[in-house]
Amino acid sequence: MSCCAPGTELALELPATTGLSAEEILLASRPLGDGLRQIDLSAPAVHCGGCIQAIESGLRKLDGVEHARVNLSSKRVSVRWSGETPPPIAAALDRLGYVCHVFDGDPDEKDETFTELIRGVAVSGLASANIMLLSVSVWSGAEEATRDLFHWLSALIVIPALVFGGRIFFRSAWSALRHGRMNMDVPISVGVAMAFLMSIYETINHGPHAYFDASASLLFFLLIGRTLDHVMRDKARVAVKGLAKLGSRGAMTIRDDGSHDYVPVGEIEPGMKLLIAAGERVPVDALVVAGNSDLDVSLVTGESDPQGVSPGSSLQAGTLNLTGPLTLEASAAARDSFLAEMVRLMEAAEGGRARYRRIADRASALYAPLVHLTAFVTFLGWMAASGDWHRAITIAIAVLIITCPCALGLAVPIVQVVAARRLFEKGVMVKDGSAMERLAEVDSVVFDKTGTLTLGRPNVTNARDVDPDALEMAAAIAAHSRHPLSMAIARLGKGRAMAFDRVAEVPGLGMEASLGGATYRLGRIEWALDGAAGAQRGEQDGTILARDGKRVAAFHFEDQLRSDAAATVAGLKASGLDVEMLTGDREAAAAAVAGRLGLTHFHAEVLPGDKSSRVAALAAAGRKVLMVGDGLNDAPALAAAHASMAPATAADVGRNAADFVFLRESLSAVPLAIEVSRKAGRLIRQNIAFAICYNIVAVPIAVLGHVTPLVAAIAMSLSSVVVISNAMRLNGGSGRKGEAAPADGRPAGGAMLAAAE
Amino acid sequence: MTALILLIPVALLFAGGSLAVFLWAMQSGQYDDLDGAAVRMLIDPAEEPADPRMPKP
Repeated sequence: MSCCAPGTELALELPATTGLSAEEILLASRPLGDGLRQIDLSAPAVHCGGCIQAIESGLRKLDGVEHARVNLSSKRVSVRWSGETPPPIAAALDRLGYVCHVFDGDPDEKDETFTELIRGVAVSGLASANIMLLSVSVWSGAEEATRDLFHWLSALIVIPALVFGGRIFFRSAWSALRHGRMNMDVPISVGVAMAFLMSIYETINHGPHAYFDASASLLFFLLIGRTLDHVMRDKARVAVKGLAKLGSRGAMTIRDDGSHDYVPVGEIEPGMKLLIAAGERVPVDALVVAGNSDLDVSLVTGESDPQGVSPGSSLQAGTLNLTGPLTLEASAAARDSFLAEMVRLMEAAEGGRARYRRIADRASALYAPLVHLTAFVTFLGWMAASGDWHRAITIAIAVLIITCPCALGLAVPIVQVVAARRLFEKGVMVKDGSAMERLAEVDSVVFDKTGTLTLGRPNVTNARDVDPDALEMAAAIAAHSRHPLSMAIARLGKGRAMAFDRVAEVPGLGMEASLGGATYRLGRIEWALDGAAGAQRGEQDGTILARDGKRVAAFHFEDQLRSDAAATVAGLKASGLDVEMLTGDREAAAAAVAGRLGLTHFHAEVLPGDKSSRVAALAAAGRKVLMVGDGLNDAPALAAAHASMAPATAADVGRNAADFVFLRESLSAVPLAIEVSRKAGRLIRQNIAFAICYNIVAVPIAVLGHVTPLVAAIAMSLSSVVVISNAMRLNGGSGRKGEAAPADGRPAGGAMLAAAE
Repeated sequence: MTALILLIPVALLFAGGSLAVFLWAMQSGQYDDLDGAAVRMLIDPAEEPADPRMPKP
């Protein structure tokens, strides 16, 4: 991105300002004591060592900054400064070319579960390795005294493993039993606890068989699975939260005495007067009191054209103010605004969706009672057969241990982690494992239009037909505006700046500029021609460049489709999925896009509530729907669908509601995610089948009394290794190395590119 | 047997020590930014004054 060719991006277009004012930074920062304050910003564009160096040295040069550090893994920048007014951090980052946003949530909040899991893995791993060391000599036939000593040492070593590692399972099993349910952790806890107790008994009585290493290894393998599962979910969740937060944190209010006060969003009450500058988002539903401007409503309703507003218009929370400052009067508090209504619709949809039971949970529901039953029956059988209760208990516990849920406990998380990693390398973030299981089942795809199938960015279509000088003039004038149509025209210019005597933007109408006595107007037809005759009928929606009231050039726009959107739709249809489009935009715009993509099923002018009811209707008809959408108006539908995806440019509500988030522009992420999920599903089923076969072989051996600690340890390790190796097959073997450095250098290949420079 | 009396506690001490070191490293945040740590070693400290004794490139 910009760090590899600094400076050139300034010539292309208006820098995307983050709109982070000093007040916002102060509000979002936290005091550390001694006059120090710290803020954490997320900068998703950071991807290589050059970025780290540029940002850290650039920020350190600012006055007052004590410490600036970039975290490349979570793409965050944390800055510490002393004093009350924050240094111009956002402006500095903008200059360097990095869009930054305030990071949601407290980054120092250590993930408690993760710490506990890692500690458990470390302790049980160490314990099992050391116990195995001692056990090998016992298995090789140590004499009695040595064997007893080693057993005592193993008992000593296993206790911390039980405390740090076993605690997680014991706690979960206990809470399940208390509610009268069974889960995977109950047989694990019972097995581990009984193995330990029995082994202690054996050790005290100088017996030959102690299962300490089985307990420790069992805990180790299972904790690996747990940790990986947790990490996968956590990483994606944190990364998604760290992306651009598009809602505003606060607004400038005008108090009755005329003074200005920056107020957080939660404290805005109806009736307050707010001042919204160009480039800021409207924080709550409000009425315009003064000012004229254009609003970008695409994220809220899906309408691709900006809406002009004037005193008396009502605005919805979440829309972006484009051209001029507005004075608003809040008509609802944040919690009653459009955004909150979307959240409520979403929650209603989520509650209605049938709770999906993960494959692993379904398997464990069968597994737990079966295993306990088998062990119990074995115990009874041996009691009846030999009357030796000690032997009977030993064999029953051996049955419990050998049925090792390792394969089951490891099979599913391993495959899902490998699949998630593969998707992440291709720019798709997965929120959790069940998302992949659900995605593998979908049979229809519903797309939103604006921002999903299209980039939400208009492009000039007839640039070739326009006179080059007129194009340069128009581009030079348009460079002074943030209106999407102006930015589209400005992109065509060659960066030749013209020294205008005066440039003014008239919200809702266009731009006016004077150069050497001639007045240029770029904008709506009637206004540009100053009411003079020449406006052809039916051309109200056009934009023209006029000099002194005479038309010079006309521009036609088209919403830019995502690259390979048409190919993606065709590919999805070819693989047997039903593809549909739902949009809140006008019928004409929707029909145009549907035509370009070859989509026959589409609905236009759909309200947000209707989107989710359409998805629910499809679900009621027995179809499993994948919803792909980006706006606030898609959030309820995303929550109602069987699986959902959102682009990274989506509103944060949409991103949080979706199961998958794709970071790159290309829409090929959708078929890729479906393919990887299906492959993962196949591998999971293979792994579970292997686990079942292994149990079928191992249980009879255990029941017949041939299992010794040696056999148990070997069986456990082998089954886990086989399951893990099978999961690796997802990457297709040697094909993976070649695609580790994607062409555009993001996100995973960045480090390699930096190293190569 | 006497060798064992010495060796086993030593082995346990090593194990305990390595566990303590690992947990300390996690606690002090060394695992927070693995990608960043990997690329930081490639960063050229531009402000370092050149060593006059070394031959100029």
